Amino acid sequence: MSPEVYTSSIPFLAVIVSMAAVPLILLSSRKPNLREFWTLAAAFIKFPLVLSLLPDAFAGKVAQFTILEIYPGIALELKADPVGIFFAIIASGLWILTCFYSIGYVRGSNEKKQTRYFASFAVCLSATIGIAFSANLLTFLIFYEILSIATYPLVIHKENPEAIRSGRQYLTYALTAGLVLIAAIGWTYVLAGTLDFKPGGLLDGVINDPWIAKTIFILFIAGVGVKAGIMPLHSWLPAAMVAPTPVSALLHAVAVVKSGVFGVIRVVGYTMGPENMQMFGLDLLLAIFAGGTILLASIIAMKQDNLKARLAYSTVGHLSYIVLGLALISPEGFTGGLLHLANHATMKITLFFCAGAIYVNLHKTEISQLDGIGKVMPWTMGAFTIGSLGLAGVPPINGFISKWFLCVGSLAADKVVILFIFVISGLLNAVYFFPIVHRAFFRPGDKDLEKHGEASMMMVIPICIVAALSLGLGLYPNLFFNMFDLAQGITQSVMNIYPEVFFTDKSL
Amino acid sequence: MNIPNIPVLIPAVFLFAALLIPILGYWKRSLCIYPALGASGLAVFYSASGLLHTVEHGYVSYHLSGWVPPIGIEYILDPLSAFICLVITSVTTIVLIHSRRIVRFETPDKEMPFYSLAMLLLMGLTGMVMTGDFFNLYVFLEISALAGYALVAIGDKRAPMAAFKYLTLGTAGAAFYLLGVAFIFISTGTLNMADNAAVIHHVDHTIPVMIGLSLIVLGTGLKMALFPMHAWMPDAYSYASSSATALIAPIGTKVSAYVLLRIMFDVFDPSYSAQQLPLAQIVGYLGAIGVIWGSILAISQKELKTMLAYSSVAQVGYIGIGIGLASPLGFIGAVLHILNHACMKACLFLISGNLRFRLGHSWIPRFEDSLRITMPWTAVAFVVAAISMIGLPPTAGFFSKWYLALGSIEQGSWIFLVVLLVSSLLNAVYFFRIMEKMYIRPQTEEMLKAQAQEESPAWGRKEAPWSMLGPVLLLAVSLLALGIFNVWIVTNFIEFMIPTGL
Repeated sequence: MSPEVYTSSIPFLAVIVSMAAVPLILLSSRKPNLREFWTLAAAFIKFPLVLSLLPDAFAGKVAQFTILEIYPGIALELKADPVGIFFAIIASGLWILTCFYSIGYVRGSNEKKQTRYFASFAVCLSATIGIAFSANLLTFLIFYEILSIATYPLVIHKENPEAIRSGRQYLTYALTAGLVLIAAIGWTYVLAGTLDFKPGGLLDGVINDPWIAKTIFILFIAGVGVKAGIMPLHSWLPAAMVAPTPVSALLHAVAVVKSGVFGVIRVVGYTMGPENMQMFGLDLLLAIFAGGTILLASIIAMKQDNLKARLAYSTVGHLSYIVLGLALISPEGFTGGLLHLANHATMKITLFFCAGAIYVNLHKTEISQLDGIGKVMPWTMGAFTIGSLGLAGVPPINGFISKWFLCVGSLAADKVVILFIFVISGLLNAVYFFPIVHRAFFRPGDKDLEKHGEASMMMVIPICIVAALSLGLGLYPNLFFNMFDLAQGITQSVMNIYPEVFFTDKSL
Repeated sequence: MNIPNIPVLIPAVFLFAALLIPILGYWKRSLCIYPALGASGLAVFYSASGLLHTVEHGYVSYHLSGWVPPIGIEYILDPLSAFICLVITSVTTIVLIHSRRIVRFETPDKEMPFYSLAMLLLMGLTGMVMTGDFFNLYVFLEISALAGYALVAIGDKRAPMAAFKYLTLGTAGAAFYLLGVAFIFISTGTLNMADNAAVIHHVDHTIPVMIGLSLIVLGTGLKMALFPMHAWMPDAYSYASSSATALIAPIGTKVSAYVLLRIMFDVFDPSYSAQQLPLAQIVGYLGAIGVIWGSILAISQKELKTMLAYSSVAQVGYIGIGIGLASPLGFIGAVLHILNHACMKACLFLISGNLRFRLGHSWIPRFEDSLRITMPWTAVAFVVAAISMIGLPPTAGFFSKWYLALGSIEQGSWIFLVVLLVSSLLNAVYFFRIMEKMYIRPQTEEMLKAQAQEESPAWGRKEAPWSMLGPVLLLAVSLLALGIFNVWIVTNFIEFMIPTGL
């Protein structure tokens, strides 16, 4: 069944609203309150716009908007298909919380050049939603490059030599990725004559030569894999942790890196197609890299003393969970990957928010300094505990749900090795997160801790909300936005299975 | 509207202005710029209306003094020549608007020769584009070249030496071209291009024609600064005055590229110049080497103008790659890049002019964070132009690269594809190096002190005057517009230019 397509400007508005806020933010650089109002206004308009597309996804309708033709026959086109909406809801929803948190953070730590910070942030969100709604690979590429460039000022925000070095590293990786992607997309166009995403793959039945298939696939994965942090292309991500924590939280745990993962979804499900993946052994190729990344990243994470660095390596590992889920090419695995895209977002943003609150409040960045802070910042560290339990896959937090599906998927695909990878990595997660919780709550702290209290409300409230969200989504996966049903529907359209029960099975 | 006369009117307008300027300048020097502006404005109008006409009704041929070709000299206005003319004249107009203040600042007392020579240069360049006659092309080539040498020589202390180098190599290039034309003339007995195109296939297996075409490509390649014949360019561009560079750099080499396109694909059969005599391939590979070589040398430059000159070597290489592909996509990419690069390079050279006007130098190691405050708009324009040079979407630079990349994939020319992609990365290195300095380099003690006392003359806004900032911003915006509306340009204009048989 092909969904009914209708023209609507909502996807375009959802992309453009934060871009439109940029001049306003720049103009009000001398009035911080007005400036932050524009950011919040854009966030509060963007999310409902994205949300208003959600009913369509269940009704089997797709909103489409053609901006203009950018290559004869290829348009800059936005199409709010279910998987796009899925990603857009996560990014734009969490942006609202990050906005509040950002305000608390940058004011709390007296960051300089705040205008540039908020303006770049808004551009990043536009680009992320653009990536989510891209109807073809060229549109995807354009927003992908905009995202690369717009993140750069945020990475170098501190402007010290370390930040500049990380910025250079980030740019090298991101620009190279974009170039590799150009090659892959150009080749796809020459082969298929179209670049429009299609559930089941636009290259489905086009490629016959296994070597061409492998080369194109490797080019694609190298292009999107940089942002998705697949080893050995990950090293920019820990380096980029010099950015302010809200940036690490939303961009380096959700928007930017998930754009890379979303790119993998688009490549696997909508460009190559599951058929090609299995026929040419591409799934195995992807699985080897993703599986290796999961294990290596977890081991490296254990050795990090810097809290944000440990979180960064944990992010690298968890991004590959999603990729590995996709590489299984089984319905449960695909669903699990999609769910982990959402669930990891809420959990990891919780942890980063906590790390930022600790930094602003206590100026502590190393894990070895965290003794006893649970008594000073109970709410923050409570949220941290929920997030770390979730990432280790403990029920009833949402990390468990996605991990369950991933495990079932690996059994269904008859790949026990992958099951072991998930299980071992769950244990490793526990090994590197629980000591932090242990230090915070069960070790006596320094004397000077007593002078401090909980972080500012601007930061604590968003932290509690995202932690509660992680818990709520774990207890009831369809909470608020029916993300669970959406994920299943997407899987069915990509895998081309059970069209008659499309979006009807509401039970877990 | 006298459409039939347009082919000759465009060079004639410039010639007339070149003569008028000394007369006016003798009386009052500050008036020199106005005839120049008027002439280029008029030429823009003629080329634009000519382009619209020729796209709709086909080409226009003008017979000089009424002598019928192939004996007489023929001027041809077809979509390609009208388009290139439009690019040349509009970029020139923008540069001339910008030049009013900086010419007076950098080369005082020399406005009259500057504008008069600029008009002669443009007469030569537009004449080269319009003419349909091999020998007449040589005449215009020499006119533009001589004017160019003199323009370069009006610069700083080292300019005359650079101009001499330029003159030596430029003359050699022109001589090669003329020699090649002679070889072709003895084989076909005609100098008219259309006439040659009709009969050349009878003799194109003979050695004189092969040598003739090779010599023409060699001579034109030298004028185009194709690797390894680029040595004259960096010096000439760095030591000439800002306006002279901004005038010559964006368009001078492009006209030679146009001549190459014309002769290889219109006069000769594309299959001949691309396969039988693989000159197009050679141009393509030389271009590819030039792309990498120019980019690497650009990275190691400390003077902004020299860096931009080396980057021009690289960008000319892109056009060479487009020629080397010898396919419709390669042709579109090459023509689009002629347009895009003209705008990008003009924008960047004008920015270097703005910096020299306000800071007194364009020495990269001395750029610092204060530029962000003192010249915010110039800095923003630089970022846009740099992103376009790197070739990131949705700016203009991306799309010419995209067409070339598609063309090389289509033909399986993987080397070209790799070169295109790697060069983007190298471009990123040398542009981000400057952007880092402009935006985040820690300031010197001196500047910090100036910042502390707010009224200090070293700190605060000192953006270039509007007559200089306006053209820069216009070009920066046009880079975005050219990128976004590239399909409109390609489907409405460039597709009409693709030579038959390509």
